[in-house]
This record gives sequence, structure tokens and C-alpha cells, in this order.
Amino acid sequence: MWRNTPSGWGLTSIVLHWLSAIAVVGLFVLGWWMTGLGYYDDWYYLGPWWHRSIGMLLLGLTVLRLIWRGCQPSPEAHGQRFERLSAHLGHIALYALMLLVLVSGYLISTADGSGIQVFDWFEVPAVVSGIRNQATLAGLVHWYASLVLIALAAGHTLAALKHHFIDRQDTLIRMISPSLSRRER
Amino acid sequence: MLKRTALAALTAATVIPMTQAQAADYVIDTEGQHAFVQFKISHLGYSYILGTFEEFSGEFSYDPEDVESSSVSVDVDVNSLNTNHGERDKHILSDDFLNASEYPEATFRSTGFTRTGEGEGELEGDLTLHGETRSITMDVEHVGGGEDPWGDYRQGFEGTTTLALEDFGIDMSDFPEVMHELELYVTFEGIRQ
Repeated sequence: MWRNTPSGWGLTSIVLHWLSAIAVVGLFVLGWWMTGLGYYDDWYYLGPWWHRSIGMLLLGLTVLRLIWRGCQPSPEAHGQRFERLSAHLGHIALYALMLLVLVSGYLISTADGSGIQVFDWFEVPAVVSGIRNQATLAGLVHWYASLVLIALAAGHTLAALKHHFIDRQDTLIRMISPSLSRRER
Repeated sequence: MLKRTALAALTAATVIPMTQAQAADYVIDTEGQHAFVQFKISHLGYSYILGTFEEFSGEFSYDPEDVESSSVSVDVDVNSLNTNHGERDKHILSDDFLNASEYPEATFRSTGFTRTGEGEGELEGDLTLHGETRSITMDVEHVGGGEDPWGDYRQGFEGTTTLALEDFGIDMSDFPEVMHELELYVTFEGIRQ
């Protein structure tokens, strides 16, 4: 149920996956929107507050997710050799880009040495600060890496739909329910 | 050589009356951080934001007996801005305001000096900021000068001026009137070369 098997994802992996998906898309839309807000907008401070808080939670979640992924078996990939290889590389790139976007975002807000307040719950301390022009450089990385991440996530979605509707494999289904995953080989 | 120069200086100091000191070139002591380029701008008319440009360099020429011939030149690295708030620094450096990626350097080249009183004057010069060059006038004051404890000779000044940001092509129209200008404060010591 909670653990992965060679034929399907466990509930832990499934929940982690969809929480990440919602957070990534939500943060992207929120980030895009809030950076265009005027100084007098009600959300001028509130938008970034949510963005930072959710971002830091997602960073923690992603670290847990990678640990879980590392110590659990992964279900066998479907498709031809080329598809399996590109899927594998794509997944590595998704994880790497998520970390890059999250860490660069963290480096923007902590550039002055102050920590990041996660809602009103706790503070993530600044670890690296005072690099020359840190906020601006981290901001550039954050922006471009986010664009690449979203593009890759869109490709990831299309690939899942292709497996589901064209190849008629359980790639998408097994990321939704552990009990519905089936072998089709 | 060094000995002879020192001897000459000593002779000059003793023989020639102090009133005949000569113009000398000084390098602003940024290495020892006895130099600051700061600004102060209103926040909504409720308080002030203070900021500093941490990286800059410059030199000046100063003759206490002929202050009107003084000249100053300063180059500021705009990206070294610090207002103690990383996200705000990023915003100020973005193309909403200073556009530092396009205009990474701000410069000041003096064009004239008018004495207005004992140790006081008005320094005129061209300030280039945000790619726009405007003539500005800065009220400057000679703070002090003399030998330092480490064998050098220093002169120190401070100066202030008010800049209308619009003059430098920085659009502040989204902000209240009080935020449309800022006060620039510069103070430094120069080490005589």
C-alpha cells in the first residue's frame, strides 16, 4: 500500500508526486503573477509570503521524496528502450531542476543574511549570503530554471498521456492508485 | 630616491610657510573602508530607506590654498547596492529602477568647485546614473585632514545632494511624490599619493 513494488507506486510516492505537481504549477503561476503586481496591490507582500512559504515546504518535501525514491524500488518503466532511457533522463532532470529552482529561490530571499519565515510556523535560516549581487544572480537562475522546469513538466505530462491513451499502458494509472496498477507485459 | 623625496618634503615643510602647500592627488581609501556612498529615500512618506553602494573607487586632487582647482572622480559599481533586504536590492537593481545589468556603473566627474565659506563649497560635476548624464551640484565640506598613525597623509570630506530620479530616467510615477527624489550622501578619506 505505502511502499513501491516492481509493478506500481506505493501511496507514499503517489502522494509525494501529486503534492509536488500541484505545488510546482501553483508556485509557477503565483510567481509569474506576483512579480507583476504593483506596489499598492493588496497581494504585493502576501503573494511572496505564500510563494516563499510553499517553496520552502516543497524543498523539504522534495528532499524527503528523493530519500524515499532512493531507498524504495521503482516500478519497471514501460515503452521501448529509447523511451525508457529518455524517461529516466527526463525524471533526473525534473528532480535536478526542482532543486535548482527551489534553492535559487531560497538564495534570493536569504541574500541579506535573514532567514525565510515559513507561514508563521518556523524560520529557515540563511546559510549562504553576501555573495556579490546574490539576489539578482539567484533571481536570474530562478526565473530561467522555472521556465525550463515548466516546459519539462509539460513534456512529462504529455508523455504520461501518450502512455495512457496511445500505448494503453498503466503508466498514468499506477501514479494514481496503488490498487489499480496492473501488469500488461 | 625615497630619502631625497622625504628630505625635500621635510625641507618644504619647514622652510616654506604652511600657506604655500601644493595641490596633491589623493586616492579614496576604499580599501580601508573609510569611504561611503549612501542614499536616503522616503518610503511612502512614512520613514526612510537607507542604502549603500559597497563597491566604488575614486580619486581627487586637492589644494587647501586653491580649493577652486579641486577635482574629484568616482566610479560606483551599481550592483554592489545594499539596503539590508535581498529581495528589495534585487528589485531596485532590476529594470524597474536602476537596470544594473544594462548600466552597471555610475560615475561622477567634477567640473568645477565654488568656495562658499571656510572649508565649504559647492562641487559641480557630471553624474552618470542609469545611463543618463546630468550636471549636479553637491554641497561639500572639508571634514579634516592630516597625518594618519600609519605614515600616510589623508584628507576627508563629505557631501550631499538631492537627485530627482526622473532626471536620470528612473520612473517613480507609481509612487508618492515624496519618493521621487533621494538624498545622496558621500563621505571619504583620500590617501595622498
